[in-house]
Amino acid sequence: MKYSDEFRDKEIATGLARAIRAKADPQRSYRFMEFCGGHTHAIARYGLEDMLPDNIRMIHGPGCPVCVLPAGRIDMAIQLAERPEIILCVYGDLMRVPGSRGASLLRAKARGADIRMVYSTLDAIRIAEDNPAREIVFFAIGFETTTPPTAIMIRLADKKGLTNFSVFCNHVLTPPAMRAILDSENPVEIDGFVGPAHVSTVIGTAPYEPFAEGDGKPVVIAGFEPLDMMQAILMLVDQVNDGRHEVENQYRRAVTRVGNQRAKADVADIFALRETFEWRGLGSIPHSGLKLSPAFARFDAELRFAMDEKIVADNPACECPAILRGLKKPVDCKLFGTACTPETPVGSCMVSSEGACAAHWTYGRFRDHQRRLAS
Amino acid sequence: MCLAIPAEVIEFLADDMAIVSIDGVRKEVSVALVEDLAVGDYVILHVGHALAKIDPAEAQETLDLLRQLGDYAEAQP
Ligand code: SF4
Repeated sequence: MKYSDEFRDKEIATGLARAIRAKADPQRSYRFMEFCGGHTHAIARYGLEDMLPDNIRMIHGPGCPVCVLPAGRIDMAIQLAERPEIILCVYGDLMRVPGSRGASLLRAKARGADIRMVYSTLDAIRIAEDNPAREIVFFAIGFETTTPPTAIMIRLADKKGLTNFSVFCNHVLTPPAMRAILDSENPVEIDGFVGPAHVSTVIGTAPYEPFAEGDGKPVVIAGFEPLDMMQAILMLVDQVNDGRHEVENQYRRAVTRVGNQRAKADVADIFALRETFEWRGLGSIPHSGLKLSPAFARFDAELRFAMDEKIVADNPACECPAILRGLKKPVDCKLFGTACTPETPVGSCMVSSEGACAAHWTYGRFRDHQRRLAS
Repeated sequence: MCLAIPAEVIEFLADDMAIVSIDGVRKEVSVALVEDLAVGDYVILHVGHALAKIDPAEAQETLDLLRQLGDYAEAQP
């Protein structure tokens, strides 16, 4: 695939790994957080950690939308889906996310709830048009990447005058989550961030400037291909070595400083900031989530169906909260690979392929095994 | 979920929709979010929507730079 295969070249990757090794100062350690689950997935899939010297550690961040959705929001969605008039449209990743007491959308569907997996937000519009006697609710989740497609859908529903359509909005924002990581009690120590690729196509690089300027953390926005990530790590090593802390953009082919103005304008029109939003693992973070703006409030499922906020405790054995804050690794969890696998996830980090536990289960554990055999 | 892939714009349709090709597989997607698109442009595709245009000149520059960096001499310690 053009713009993909060229950025996976093994020989160049090996050369980049050599350059990183040569530049990394053996006297110090480098701890870089990849915010985004897409990067976590790429690191595991391409075995990038194995190409890095031991003193460079990648710390997985909370940028996996499925992973940070709290169990209470899943319970709320299940309750909606159980109403006979409702068809709940969801992205496939959400089906197995655990709610409270082993509940999931998958189980609710098996019990007869009308839950439909959609690929595109526009599928939900089609379902609403095809089922005028039913209430269609779209379960919207995701970071700034996924919000504009929800905005387009709402605009379209408005244009078509759909009255049987609404959105259960769980969209969240990247910069407040980065802020929460840095400002948390006992924060994980980080020497720099690999910034998200596709989130940044929308918001641009400017929103990361406070982390570079105010917090002194280098940020390098990186594409999702292995060479993109390797180059970004090299750029971070350079910044640390030089004592610089700037926002740099490795993913110049799709990201600019201002981002996608049209998408930003749509999002600003249709959504409004929530006072606060609950994140799995990070707790409640001020101004970190979106709801529908007053002008579009008639499409807000939480208002239309008078949904009550539910806060439920996570399974105490699950280490997702510490993993999402970069404080622990999947293998530190007692349940990893025993009680908890992608088939029977106990925590959300095991559900999406972007989750740290799922990525490690799918790719990383084989390398652990090989390393053990080798040593 | 956040995964998005490059796709080539093949043909524009009504209502801000377009046909794109993903490695030869054709798909109907929304292009409402991206300005100034032309047939032959590559976009980043995410949940059925084009999210950004890929800048071919910037892509080439990054590739050239990567090749240079990747040439890092084996002789270096
Ligand atoms: S392995 Fe499962 S239970 Fe353990 S932290 Fe990961 S998701 Fe939670």
